[in-house]
Amino acid sequence: MSSEKKVPPSGKKPENISGRIAAVLTATLLWVLVYTHLEWLADLLLDIAGISMQTRFGQALHFFIYEVPKVLLLLTAVVFTMGVVHTFVSPERTRAMLSGKRTGIGNVMAAGLGIVTPFCSCSAIPLFIGFLQAGVPLGVTFSFLIAAPMVNEIALALLFGMFGWKIALLYMSMGLGIAIVSGIIIGKLGMENDLEEWVKELQNSGTAGEGNVPDLRWAQRIGEGVGHVRSIVGKVWLYIVLGVGVGAGIHGYVPQDFMASLMGAEVWWSIPVAVLLGVPMYSNAAGIIPIVQALLGKGAALGTAMAFMMSVIALSLPEMIILRKVLKPRLIGVFAGIVATGIILVGYIFNLVLQL
Amino acid sequence: MKTIKVLGTGCATCKQLESLVRQVVEETGIEASIEKVEDIQEIISWKVLSTPGLVVDNEVKCSGRIPSRDEIEEMLA
Repeated sequence: MSSEKKVPPSGKKPENISGRIAAVLTATLLWVLVYTHLEWLADLLLDIAGISMQTRFGQALHFFIYEVPKVLLLLTAVVFTMGVVHTFVSPERTRAMLSGKRTGIGNVMAAGLGIVTPFCSCSAIPLFIGFLQAGVPLGVTFSFLIAAPMVNEIALALLFGMFGWKIALLYMSMGLGIAIVSGIIIGKLGMENDLEEWVKELQNSGTAGEGNVPDLRWAQRIGEGVGHVRSIVGKVWLYIVLGVGVGAGIHGYVPQDFMASLMGAEVWWSIPVAVLLGVPMYSNAAGIIPIVQALLGKGAALGTAMAFMMSVIALSLPEMIILRKVLKPRLIGVFAGIVATGIILVGYIFNLVLQL
Repeated sequence: MKTIKVLGTGCATCKQLESLVRQVVEETGIEASIEKVEDIQEIISWKVLSTPGLVVDNEVKCSGRIPSRDEIEEMLA
């Protein structure tokens, strides 16, 4: 077996690294060129079509043909980068790093690794059990499970594209904060008895092997990045177009300050309501963020909007139903309660800070 | 005769892998039985951390991603 190690997995076409690098460089150049000229392109298109920016329709249309390519370009860049990063971090490697880590440092590491480890919510259970089996503490496992979906590359790319880097960074740090603190609390509560019996038996029963992380070459890593773009952007582009479309409508037609009385900073109850509304919604960040961005222009408060977004992404009903297979209801309740409280606090803090 | 198992709880990616494996088996004419494993305890017994997983003749060939058609052909060979 070891003598065959050098054979590239695809077998047929030999991968040409210089060709791939050239392709990446060309794509990057094109990307920068288009990205820096989007405003100009949108103006030009409206000009050609003879639609005035002074009309409502013109405003909505301009918003749409400027934002859609911008967000898609950003998403492509971020997703490609993450696809390449994923070839270095596997769930197995993450588990090995977290095995036996103490509360505190373990939670911080778990939340951070949650951002870069490839994770799909349908893998939540095998991952959860695999972590516990290898001696990753329960609270540390939760920090990972909370951070991984909440602080994902799609949400960050969209926030960056539509709100700017400051908000994206704030979202990331708040998301990490919630994941770390929630995990520490769950760990301190010592709720191992609220795992389903068969899961409890498996706890600490195995070792944290590194697993079979394929030793890829750079040509293949780039290929993985492209594949990641194809699967992610191919899946969410429609949501982005729809989301920005609705956002454009709101932008052009909904009167200013319309949302102030519903989602404004003075309306104290709007944050818990936003979080509650977010739980049954299982939309991805791609569709929600453009709409939220448009609402902000109409008087909605950022903290309220952000609480809503976090709730939609991090607290989903389907995921809790899946988790029921391994957790007793009490632990699910504690998990949802702590995360929801964290999100609500973040919402209030945001609204307070931004009002000062 | 190969025994192929696709591990996955039934999300879109897992189904995609299953149909891809079936296609490859059909096209290459490999004799194989293909089973979709959805039972969570059995999936865990294979020690995969992320789904979808592909098991060929009791050996986990890959997990957490959808391999390319060429890769699958090689895993089945």
